[in-house]
Amino acid sequence: MEIDKIKNLPRSFLKESLQSFFKIEKLKKISTFSGIHFSEAEKKLTEKIENYRQVEREAIRAWKIVELSRNEARPHTPDYINGIFEDFVPLAGDRQTLEDKSIISGIGKLSGITVAAIGHNKGRDIKERIEFNFGSSMPQGYRKAIRVMKLADRFNFPVITFIDTPGAYPALEAEDSGQAGAIANSILTMFELKVPTISVLIGEGGSGGALALAIGNYVMMLENSTYSVISPEGCASILWRESSAVKLSARALKLTSRDLYKLGVIDKIIYEPMGGAQNNPERMVRIVRSYILNILKKFVGNEKIDFKKIRAEKYESMGIFTAPQTE
Amino acid sequence: MPEISCKNCKKEIDETEFLSGLKVCPACGYHDYMNAWERIDSVVDGGTFKEVAAEITSVDFLGFQDLKPYGERLDEAIMKSVIKEAIVVGEAKIRGFNASLGVMDFSFLGGSMGSVVGEKVRIITDNSISKKIPLVIFSASGGARMQEGILSLMQMAKTVSGISRLRESKIPYFCVITNPTTGGVSASFVTVADIIISEPEALFCFAGPRVVEQTIKKAVPKDFGLARRNEANGQIDIIVERKEIRSILGKLLELFSGNKNI
Repeated sequence: MEIDKIKNLPRSFLKESLQSFFKIEKLKKISTFSGIHFSEAEKKLTEKIENYRQVEREAIRAWKIVELSRNEARPHTPDYINGIFEDFVPLAGDRQTLEDKSIISGIGKLSGITVAAIGHNKGRDIKERIEFNFGSSMPQGYRKAIRVMKLADRFNFPVITFIDTPGAYPALEAEDSGQAGAIANSILTMFELKVPTISVLIGEGGSGGALALAIGNYVMMLENSTYSVISPEGCASILWRESSAVKLSARALKLTSRDLYKLGVIDKIIYEPMGGAQNNPERMVRIVRSYILNILKKFVGNEKIDFKKIRAEKYESMGIFTAPQTE
Repeated sequence: MPEISCKNCKKEIDETEFLSGLKVCPACGYHDYMNAWERIDSVVDGGTFKEVAAEITSVDFLGFQDLKPYGERLDEAIMKSVIKEAIVVGEAKIRGFNASLGVMDFSFLGGSMGSVVGEKVRIITDNSISKKIPLVIFSASGGARMQEGILSLMQMAKTVSGISRLRESKIPYFCVITNPTTGGVSASFVTVADIIISEPEALFCFAGPRVVEQTIKKAVPKDFGLARRNEANGQIDIIVERKEIRSILGKLLELFSGNKNI
């Protein structure tokens, strides 16, 4: 195992894999001296080492996607909104306490159809990033989203959301103004909408803060974006108690678009330009536009579809457990 | 007289008095941990609780392994605990009123919500809708179950979707927050309840105090996320002592059963 590769993996993992490695070396030595062969044991240990290597490769691959999903040069929500919708009018504020700039919302047109667009905004440069809280929203941000979604529902505007957040803002003032309730009510509102909802995961899909805007009749995910119950960092520190386990936790959480498609959590993977969306942001925006338009055209004007009911059935069927014999 | 020491005030207290007082310290009023069955006994009319969906159990569908495989963690939790999952659900009478009841238990993998907790909440939500009886849930949870990855996040959506249908059916839903209730459970079915009751000094927040301290790089106030602070911030309806919870639920069930024919 190459040292530069393994130095970033946690000690517990390294210890186990090196133990197997040394055991096999020891067996080989004993064999040469004594002529006794341990082929069965050797085979098992070799398999074990191969398994560790496989885990390591997968962990490195998953972590690479985590890094890509956070790449600052990727197109962000404002790029999509400006590149996709015409006549976009931004709408600010929760009409109660403050304007949370980590979420952009407004109404605009796509191919003649008026829609509401809502998304997390991480900000482009450091000044914006600080102003927008790195895309981590306050309860007021979710309340603004709720307000705009309800407005959209009254006027029959489909709701399109862009997800790109490390997670809801974990700060004292956020907790004091009801972060948990704001997220839950945003989810609830998305279930109550009669209009169709389309969600696109464009970068980081961090936990409850992402889910709050991601209840879609159709959920699409960019190839190199992530969607996860907890950040790899958070998971590593809680379950492995070692911050160096981030790569292992990124692998274990199954947070890539391919994993989520297999689990039935997303409806479509949108492939990115070669090497990632950051290499050709304009093209990425055009690709996303065409997919949204495609779905929107299927949804709009189709009076027979009960979007609310379909949404409920979709999410209520999610989960894997042992099937009971009777109910 | 058997003596034990209170976890909070460390005073020597009479165990019989502690137990008969529903595990509340007679000296300082500290509300100690209660398991799901003790909780059910303290709330329902004697012998009326009928458990449902007890046979649904968790599966390690991701092959999740941190320092231990998830399957092993599950087996250990089942061995150690008096329950088979982080929530017990069923139907009972409370002060003569029928209600669907869900009681979470923090001792089972930190009361974490995975596919089974989500499904059990859906089952009692549907039971309430079909029988037109109120829903009562006691929460206690560290959040979503990381070992089930994204599908545990989806349980937040699943449970809220059920509650959305319950609301449409105009069936009341009361949630009692017990210590601690944090993360994905706080940010889903708990906070969309019609009435949110909290036990005294129960921790209830989205991000826990340690996470917030890491973000803001300073200590959080001593009362962070605790019932009185949540009440002052307008996040909960009412703080009720454990011995009064049965009677407040009875009162609410009575009040909400009125005006049907007006």
